[in-house]
Amino acid sequence: MNYILEGLRQAVMLLVKWDPETYAAIRATLTVTSYSMCASLLLGIPAGFALGYFDFRGKRVLRTMVDTCLAFPTVLIGLLVYAFLSRRGPLGSLNLLFSLSAIAIGQTILALPIIMSLTATAVESLDRRLRLTLLSLGARGHKLLFTTLWEARHALLIAAITAYGRVLTEVGISMMVGGNIKWHTRTITTAIALETGKGNFGLGIALGIVLMLIALIVNLSVMSLRKKS
Amino acid sequence: MSNKRILAFFVAILSIFFGNVSATLSGNNILRMATTTSTDNTGLLDFLAPEFKEDAGIELQWVAVGTGKALELGKNCDVDVLLVHAPSAEKKYVAKGYGVDRTEIMYNDFVIIGPKDDPARIKGKSPVEALKIIAEKKALFVSRGDNSGTHKKELSLWKEAGLTNIDKAEWYIQTGQGMIATINVAAERGGYTLTDRGTYIKYEYSMKGNPPLVVLVEGDKRLYNLYSVIAVSPTRCPEARYEFAKRFIRWISSPRVQRKIGDYEILGKRLFVPLKAR
Repeated sequence: MNYILEGLRQAVMLLVKWDPETYAAIRATLTVTSYSMCASLLLGIPAGFALGYFDFRGKRVLRTMVDTCLAFPTVLIGLLVYAFLSRRGPLGSLNLLFSLSAIAIGQTILALPIIMSLTATAVESLDRRLRLTLLSLGARGHKLLFTTLWEARHALLIAAITAYGRVLTEVGISMMVGGNIKWHTRTITTAIALETGKGNFGLGIALGIVLMLIALIVNLSVMSLRKKS
Repeated sequence: MSNKRILAFFVAILSIFFGNVSATLSGNNILRMATTTSTDNTGLLDFLAPEFKEDAGIELQWVAVGTGKALELGKNCDVDVLLVHAPSAEKKYVAKGYGVDRTEIMYNDFVIIGPKDDPARIKGKSPVEALKIIAEKKALFVSRGDNSGTHKKELSLWKEAGLTNIDKAEWYIQTGQGMIATINVAAERGGYTLTDRGTYIKYEYSMKGNPPLVVLVEGDKRLYNLYSVIAVSPTRCPEARYEFAKRFIRWISSPRVQRKIGDYEILGKRLFVPLKAR
């Protein structure tokens, strides 16, 4: 119990006293999650739209595969990305291992199935008549895409929040391909793992509280977005 | 905008993002090290890295993992230099051509720790004898189980005690985690464990000097814990920064830095003893 009170006190201290290590971890976390969210939204929404909107052969198989990827363990993603980015791996020459980009790549792989699956579900659950209406109004190509997505916007926000929650809190990928390097690739979650491993339970809890604060701020801003639209 | 244009737009944005991050991160004066949890957890590297930056202008970045994984990272050319503590594994590693310039720089010792009341009565015994007693009395023993330097040492002690088939014994548990996590498991379960002294002092410190586990077995030559630095082989890994690695090895074995290592203390206790201070 002591750890929790101690953690609360320390969380406030870390933020108020502008602790440089904590802010470096916050920055790394925000940077890397922004990149991975941008990438997974840009790739996942069109792909998810296609998956939900069009009928094609093998659609159900593909859908099942995407849904299965929702259970992709983060340590496995970390290991796979490591195998590719290692200097001995096929993409070793890019020199990306132990960098924020490497974490962002892994997190994109983590978030992509979530965005795709939830977008597809959202598009599928729209009224079928919407499609006919749009087509009869002469909407084609990207107009069709954007109008349909606009109608599904609330579900897309939920998809984004769910994916953000997952990338914000994962530790397996960041640890494996980021390496938890101080000042560079130490994110809040890997810092929690490290401090716990060092026996500084209070500090671990403090950093966890900081992470939850970030999640709260993100959700509040998304909420205000929903009210406006 | 046609569909193709939209696609091109997405690709452009993605490449800007990724190009941008990698450009800002792949700085030039960086030496990458894989090391054991003990050098990181004790804060020794946090203490040395700024000094190295000041003296050589090279930024030391390290990944703290068990010795087994550290050697693997070196094998894959993902780091430039290693700081590890498993002499026999290191010698094999160098013999196979994965590493060069192995230099022994410092040591401390392993200790067997256990509950204050010492239920198996191993206090003051030799390490091999103590393990035999633990096995005989089926007292709980907590192992790292992670192929780290400490784990390798523990296994060699069990072997010497003639106990090889303990993997599934119910009094023997393997955490697969770092040293302090393992000590915490031992503390919660009231078991014995093997640890390096540096990490134990750090643990003592985090328990505010009053830890539930105390040192019971120490001072045997088998418990010697030797740390070495090894450069990743430049012939196997041409991308590795061998020049920087060489400079680091020279720097850390210089008398001045060696004395600094000797001066590094927690709770007034010295954590590592340098080998080349004179």
